[in-house]
Amino acid sequence: MNNRNTKKNKSPGGFLRYAGRHPLAAAVAALVWLAALLVMAALVFLVGFIVIKGVRHLSPELFSWNYTTDNVSLMPALINTLIITATALLIAVPLGIFAAVYLVEYAKKGSRMVGLIRITTETLQGIPSIIYGLFGLLFFCTALKWRYSLLAGSMTLVIMILPLVIRTTEEALISVPDAYREASFGLGAGKLRTIFRVVLPTAIPGILSGVVLATGRIVGETAAVLYPAGTATKMVSSLMDSGRSLAVHMYVLSTEGIYMDQAYATAVVLLAVVLALNALSTACARSLMKRQG
Amino acid sequence: MKGKYSERIMRVLFLAAACTSVLAVVLICIFLFANGIPAMLEIGLPDFLFGQKWKPSNDLYGILPFILGSIYVTAGSVLIGVPTALLTAVFLAFYCPKRLYPVLKAMVNLMAGIPSVVYGFFGLVWIVPLMRRLTGQDGSTMLTASLLLGIMILPTVTGVVEPALRSVPEHYYEGSLALGATHERSVFCVVLPAAKSGVIAGIVLGVGRSIGETMAVIMVAGNQTWMPQGLLKGLRTMTTNIVMEMGYATDLHREALIATGVVLFVFILIINLCVSALKRRTLYE
Repeated sequence: MNNRNTKKNKSPGGFLRYAGRHPLAAAVAALVWLAALLVMAALVFLVGFIVIKGVRHLSPELFSWNYTTDNVSLMPALINTLIITATALLIAVPLGIFAAVYLVEYAKKGSRMVGLIRITTETLQGIPSIIYGLFGLLFFCTALKWRYSLLAGSMTLVIMILPLVIRTTEEALISVPDAYREASFGLGAGKLRTIFRVVLPTAIPGILSGVVLATGRIVGETAAVLYPAGTATKMVSSLMDSGRSLAVHMYVLSTEGIYMDQAYATAVVLLAVVLALNALSTACARSLMKRQG
Repeated sequence: MKGKYSERIMRVLFLAAACTSVLAVVLICIFLFANGIPAMLEIGLPDFLFGQKWKPSNDLYGILPFILGSIYVTAGSVLIGVPTALLTAVFLAFYCPKRLYPVLKAMVNLMAGIPSVVYGFFGLVWIVPLMRRLTGQDGSTMLTASLLLGIMILPTVTGVVEPALRSVPEHYYEGSLALGATHERSVFCVVLPAAKSGVIAGIVLGVGRSIGETMAVIMVAGNQTWMPQGLLKGLRTMTTNIVMEMGYATDLHREALIATGVVLFVFILIINLCVSALKRRTLYE
């Protein structure tokens, strides 16, 4: 896949060699390098800035059980985030996997049903999170009378991450060689047994990589949970209570402007979680690649 | 017989799961439109879309400033983010040394994964003060928001354009080299035009991300309700209008905010249609 890279420009300053003969070409090449360096610098600076300024504000008090105005603990928000994430995944993952199984293993290629599902999945993927937030507020909180609650927030996120789970699972299922299915059928297994015993286990790394990505999106999401789940600071006692997620907590802290240090620390926690999830997702994808040789 | 029975039940179950996305889109449309359109009619569609004043206390609900605000900020972010993203994609596909490739690729993925509230926070604590020092005025401006969004759409655009560049058959590039063109000319004048659909799809996707972004913009754009007054003045977008006031709005005010969401939703639907049309074209090429 990378064979183009190996052929050209082995050394970083490769384009300097023909600067005399093709000044324009060398300038363009320099621009390309500059852009890539800029991107890397921007990311390193952003992460570095927040981590360096935030780490020293990470204190044990920040993780104390109760939120008070003197000590804006992020513990309730952290627990809310865990609850929201777990609930959303619990619903979205089976739903997404089943949907992908239908699309890949059952549906006839090019049927109108599949087309409709494709279009709606693509549409869902493009909808900005604030629209999900509005919908969650109108549908779950108002129409279903769940009020501001963790459950309403989770359900809103289920819809938001569903297309991601469907798409990554689909890709993972498609990459399972047909020979596996044929061999399973050949041994007398039914379609269902083939799917659950042969196809899905083979596709697990790909599915996991998608699920982990989805987890990252849930943890970092603010606009979609801000209104459905509310901004309450107390420790929740049930799914029907209102509670702020970690990202919402950070937003509220930084707009209030009084607790900037704590906002820095919260940003570090958020970044650490997202970084870890990203690494995990990459590792899953890599193990899939390795298996396929 | 038992086996066949369960096969049929599971088949229906799989189909039902696949239909949830259809159901979700239908529900979102129904609830947004049913709650937003009455307000639009009550305010009057021209007054709502083209009114220049947003003063809920005086019953003035004109969202033209926010529509323009969204368009300006998005245009700015595209001007900043897209060239950088295209060059980065070209770098990844044609320039990147083999050892650097996984590193840069992982960094771009990580950029896509950083929550928007963290971007917004970074904008708030670093870019806004920087702008204040450079211009001597308030640092929450159209330029600040565009810059931040430009960074945020980078991974989106790069992620779509790089595979598009790679899917151009290798002999296009080799043919160009054989005719005596330089590496740069082959890449920018042969491969890049051949990947046109993918490149445009990436840009449109970036526009969608930019226009729908909320939390990052709200923290750096100033959020004044006036008409956009220039690069170095604050403004408010459709997305931030919803978040700013939804918490305390009631009655017509609340419905006007939902109607703002409807307008945004229509914008997004149009952008989505463009993306899927472009994708289909790429497939057939």
